[in-house]
Amino acid sequence: MQELDTAGLGSIRVTRKNDHTVVIEKDLATEQMVLAMGPQHPSTHGVLKLECLTDGEVITEAEPFLGYLHRCFEKCCENVDYPAIVPYTDRLDYLSGMNSEFAYALAVEKLLDIEIPRRVEFIRVIVAELNRIASHLVAIGTYGIDLGAFTPFLFCFRDREIILGLLEWASGARMLYNYIWIGGLAYDVPSDFLKRVGEFVTYFRPKAVELCNLLTKNEIFVKRTIGIGIMPADVAINYGWSGPMLRGSGVKWDLRRNDPYSVYPELDFNVPVPDGKLSVVGDCLSRHLVRALEMEESLKIIEQCIAKMPSAEGFNPRSAIPKRIRPKAGEVYVRAENPRGELGFYIQSDGKSTKPLRCKARSSCFVNLSAMKDLSKGQLIPDLVAIIGSIDIVLGEVDR
Amino acid sequence: MSSTALSQFSIPFLMGNNLNAWSEALAGFNLLGLPLGLVILAAIPLVFIALYSLTYGVYGERKISAFMQDRLGPMEVGKWGILQTIADILKLLQKEDIVPTSADKFLFVIGPGVLFVGSFLAYAVLPFSSAFIGASLNVGLFYAIGIVALEVVGILAAGWGSNNKWSLYGAVRSVAQIVSYEIPAAIALLCGAMMAGTLDMQQITILQSGSLGFVHFFLFQSPIAWLPFLIYFIASLAEVNRAPFDIPEAESELVAGYFTEYSGMKFAVIFLAEYGSMFMVSAIISIVFLGGWNSPLPNIGSLALNDMTSGPVWGAFWIIMKGFFFIFVQMWLRWTLPRLRVDQLMYLCWKVLTPFAFVSFVLTAIWEVYVP
Repeated sequence: MQELDTAGLGSIRVTRKNDHTVVIEKDLATEQMVLAMGPQHPSTHGVLKLECLTDGEVITEAEPFLGYLHRCFEKCCENVDYPAIVPYTDRLDYLSGMNSEFAYALAVEKLLDIEIPRRVEFIRVIVAELNRIASHLVAIGTYGIDLGAFTPFLFCFRDREIILGLLEWASGARMLYNYIWIGGLAYDVPSDFLKRVGEFVTYFRPKAVELCNLLTKNEIFVKRTIGIGIMPADVAINYGWSGPMLRGSGVKWDLRRNDPYSVYPELDFNVPVPDGKLSVVGDCLSRHLVRALEMEESLKIIEQCIAKMPSAEGFNPRSAIPKRIRPKAGEVYVRAENPRGELGFYIQSDGKSTKPLRCKARSSCFVNLSAMKDLSKGQLIPDLVAIIGSIDIVLGEVDR
Repeated sequence: MSSTALSQFSIPFLMGNNLNAWSEALAGFNLLGLPLGLVILAAIPLVFIALYSLTYGVYGERKISAFMQDRLGPMEVGKWGILQTIADILKLLQKEDIVPTSADKFLFVIGPGVLFVGSFLAYAVLPFSSAFIGASLNVGLFYAIGIVALEVVGILAAGWGSNNKWSLYGAVRSVAQIVSYEIPAAIALLCGAMMAGTLDMQQITILQSGSLGFVHFFLFQSPIAWLPFLIYFIASLAEVNRAPFDIPEAESELVAGYFTEYSGMKFAVIFLAEYGSMFMVSAIISIVFLGGWNSPLPNIGSLALNDMTSGPVWGAFWIIMKGFFFIFVQMWLRWTLPRLRVDQLMYLCWKVLTPFAFVSFVLTAIWEVYVP
C-alpha cells in the first residue's frame, strides 16, 4: 500500500492488489479536475494528448488520444509502387529509419522470394544496429530531460551526431535515409566506412558505460524511477508489448534471437533482461537499464559484422533488385526487432498490380502505449511523465 | 529611514573623500519633503545588482551549462556572446504584453511585481561592505527570512491569476515548497545568529572579522557549524526554486509552472526576481557562515594578506565573489541533478532537514554555552 499525502486534500491511499488492480481511497471527497496533458506538452514526446482526471497531484485516470500525426501511411502504400513505399517507412519511426526500411525490405523480399547478396545483409545489419544505438541514445537522453536532468541529453546527442554523420556518409541523408531498398541497397558503403565505424565502436564503448552511469548511479534518478509503473510479465504479454518494454518486464524475447532474420543467427550477442538487483523487474528503471545495456550488444554485433563482411570486389549493391516488382498473389507478415519493439509489415498482393493491395504496419509504440491507462492509474503527475518517458514512444509510428 | 542608516550610505567602489562628501550631500537632498537623494543613492547599487542578475546571471548560467554540456553557448552577440542577454532583453521589451482573456487581470499583472519586490526587498539589509548597507536593522536576519515569504504571494497570484491548470499546479507546489523549506532554513540561520548573539547582519559580519581571515568565519568557529550551513544551502535551493527542487516550474511536467502564461517583459521580471533571489540567498549564506565582506585570507607573519585585502571596496569584492561562488554551485547542481518528486521533496524537508536542523540547533546551543 502506498500512502500519498497531498497538501490539504486529505490523505489518499493507493493500494495495489495482487492482481495489479489499483484501488484509490480517500478520506475527503474532493472535486476532480480534468487536465489535458498535450498535444502541446514538453514531455509527451510529440503530439500525444493524455486526458487526465486528477485529484490534486494524483491521477485517477489517464486516457491517451492519438491521431495528431496521422499521415495515412497505409492508404498511401496502396497507391504507390513497392519501392516507393521505402521512403514512407522512414517516416514511421523517424528515429530509426534504417530499422523500419529493413523490416519493410524483408517483408517484400519474402513475398518475392529473392536471394540477397551476403555483403548487403551485413551492411544492412551494421546500419540498422548503428541506428538502434542512435535511437536508444535519444530515448535515454530524453528520459533524463523528463526527469529534470538536462545534461545527459546533450551528451547523448553528441554521440548520436557521430552516428548520424556515418549514416549520412553512407546514404546521403541524416534521418530519412531511403537506403535499404527491396533486394539490395541504394549504394555500397564508402571505402573507409567500415574503418570509421570500427573507430566509432572503440570510441563509444566506454562512453556507453559513462552515459549509463550518469543516470543509473544518480540517487535522485533511481528514486524517481524504481518501482514506478510496474508492468508484470504476464500483463505485458497480454498487452502485446515487445522490445525493450517487454524485456524490462523480465521476458527474454528478442526477435533477432527468437524469430531470426538476415544474418543475426550467425552473430553472438546477449539479450539483456533485468535481474531485479538494481531495479524492480518491470518498472521504469528496468526499461531504462535494458536500453542502456542493449547499446553494448549492438556494438558487439557491429564489430562481428565488420569482421565477417565479404569484400567489396565485384560487388553491386543493386544486383538483386528486381527490375519490376510484381509479386505473385499472396500475403505475408514479416516482423523485425526495432529499437522500440516489434515492427511488422503485413503485405497483401493481388498478383497483377505493382502496388500492394494492402500494407499494414504493426507499430510497436502504438501497442506499448495501449497500456498507458493501466499504468497511470493512481500515479502522481511526475510519475506519469516518468512512465511516458520509459515507454519511449515516437508519435510518427504510433499514428502512422 | 533613520539618520543612522543615512550616514552609512556611500558608493562602495569609489571611496575618495570628495566622493564621500558628494554622496553625503546627495543623501541630504530633499525634494518636496521626499528624501530623493537618498533614494537615488540607494538605488544605484541596487540597480547595478539588478542588472547583474539579469545580464550576467543569465549569461553565466548559459555559459556554465554550455561548458558542462560540450557546447559553446551564446557566441554571436558580441565577443563570446557577452551581449546576448542585452539582446534578449531588447527582444522581450519589444514583445506584445499579452494578458490571457480568461485570466484574472489584476492578479496576473500584480504577480510578477510582488515576486520582484519580495525578492529585492531583502537586499535592503544585506551588508555589501563595511560602509554600505541599505538599512542597518537590528533584526536584519529576521527581516530577510520574513520578507522572502512575500515571494509566495507573488507566485500564488501569478499562478492563480493565469487561470491555467498548469500554472495552478505550479503555484500550489511552490507555496507548499517555500513555506515548508522556510522552517529548516530559518532554524539553520538561527544557529548562525546564536553564534553571533545578534540578528544585525552588519554585526554578524563584523564578529567574523579578524587577522586570521577564514578562521574567524562561523563555519570554522564551531565543529557543528557545517551542519546548519549545509541545511541552509539545501533549503535555500528549494526556497528559490532551483534544481533539484525546481518542481514549481518543472518544465517537463508543468510546462513552465506558475509562469506558463507569461511573456514579454513580465516574463523577464519573473526571471529577474529568480536571479535576484539566487544572489540574495547566496549572500545570506555568505554573511552568516562565511564572513560576508571579510577577507578570507589570513595574515601570515609579516605577510599581512588580510590587512591588504580588507576595506570597504575589498569588502564589496569579497561578498560579491562569495555570492558568485554559491550561484556557481547552484548552477552546477542544476545542470547535474534530476528533479525530485513532490512527495520526495516534502519527505526531505520534514523528515530529514527539519530534524537535523533541530539537532544542529541544540548542538550549537550546547557548544556556545559550554565551550567559550
